[in-house]
Amino acid sequence: MKYAYYPGCSADSTARDQYLSVNEVAKALNIELSELKGWTCCGSTPAHHTDKNLSIALPAANLLMAKKTKLDMVVFCAACYNRMKAANHEIKTNPKIRKDIAAVLGEDYDGSVKVHHFVEVLLKDIGAKKLQDAFSHSLDGLKVASYYGCLLVRPHDITQFDDPENPVSIDKLVTIMGGESVDWPHKVECCGGGFALTRTDIVLELSNSILNMAKAAGAQCMAVACPMCQINLDMRQGDINETKKRNYNMPVVYITQLLGLCLGVSPKKLGMDKCVVSPRPIIELVRTAE
Amino acid sequence: MAIVISKEIKTSLTTEVQKISGIDTRSCLQCKKCSSGCPVTALTKVHPSDINRGLQLNAGDTLFDSDLVWMCASCETCFERCPMKINMAAVMDALRILAVRNNASRQKGNVALFNKLFLKTVRMFGRTYDIGMIAAYKLGTSSYLKDTDKFPMMLLKGKIALTPSFKSDKKYTNRIFAKKHDRIKS
Repeated sequence: MKYAYYPGCSADSTARDQYLSVNEVAKALNIELSELKGWTCCGSTPAHHTDKNLSIALPAANLLMAKKTKLDMVVFCAACYNRMKAANHEIKTNPKIRKDIAAVLGEDYDGSVKVHHFVEVLLKDIGAKKLQDAFSHSLDGLKVASYYGCLLVRPHDITQFDDPENPVSIDKLVTIMGGESVDWPHKVECCGGGFALTRTDIVLELSNSILNMAKAAGAQCMAVACPMCQINLDMRQGDINETKKRNYNMPVVYITQLLGLCLGVSPKKLGMDKCVVSPRPIIELVRTAE
Repeated sequence: MAIVISKEIKTSLTTEVQKISGIDTRSCLQCKKCSSGCPVTALTKVHPSDINRGLQLNAGDTLFDSDLVWMCASCETCFERCPMKINMAAVMDALRILAVRNNASRQKGNVALFNKLFLKTVRMFGRTYDIGMIAAYKLGTSSYLKDTDKFPMMLLKGKIALTPSFKSDKKYTNRIFAKKHDRIKS
């Protein structure tokens, strides 16, 4: 199984742990992720805040690179995933935009490259049985709040990822690993996303309500699939405790880090030392539940 | 929110928003599903349905002063739940684009500056360069002391790269910016 892999800018920076764990999980499951050579930024939120054509041309440039490899594209960052899908959608449904983008890129792109989130690859292409066979450890006894955030699931017409109000993909993976996926209402609430630097007050408010709900549901940790959600819920937890008078101590890890642990990969190789709230209790629990 | 309708009818903003976003807000029923689901309405005076009402009633440039314009997190819950399939997130994008174009963005946090700097690093390196962007943003907003505790920790944990990436096809990105986006100069 081979894919063109688009890691996204955060893979080099704030979400190094996501990059490391995706690679480790792919390696253990024989999924070949061939990183797109010379990939460029998708433009993320600042691009669609600024210019519509720019916000489509940037992802389209990468989709065009992927098209030349004749492979489907795999993305992990929810924001990049969303922008790739949005570009495909616009180009396919709006002939004027397709023409404009062709003029910018110097080549016509038809919107045909299939884009998958890594979680979709795990569930659809690998499947529960193969995953279970590959696991050497289990999440037995661990209560996990699966958190999806905004950009994977919305707008559903464009991303086509699971159910937009009650997605279960990450929950399924947790259950396959032997963990308990808690039922909670904030799966698709917004964490404040791109406001990390500009409107930290909004991030603290929204992330507080998400952490509050995860804790109330009895979760011992949160599993995420988006670099912005991870850093807001993890790195800002101390600030939330301070400003909102809370005492959260909730590890927020990538779903691929949990998968890596179950596949027997060392926590260091999965970048778990980069978490701000220590994931040590999870690591110990997985080891004893071997 | 009190909507002020001026005697002289301004159709320009409503038309401009529609031109940029491709979204016709006239079909809005004011069911307020967008406002109920919006995660920031607990913090804002203006709600998404107010923006739509304002556009329908040609409230014009006063809409730029709505706090929601730069507090909208682009989570797209409004669009997802709209029974008339109005892409409210795209309408908000259009309002921000027009606010910047008309020099009418005076909001806390200066999101417009952040956007500009983010895209500037993308134009320069093909990918984002967090440290450069954060430093420039702090200079631009005089917020030097905010989050100073985070930076050494992020460096130590390897959660932020010291140098920009030089692996991307910069010429390609530069071409995209030069062709399609002359307002952002690097």
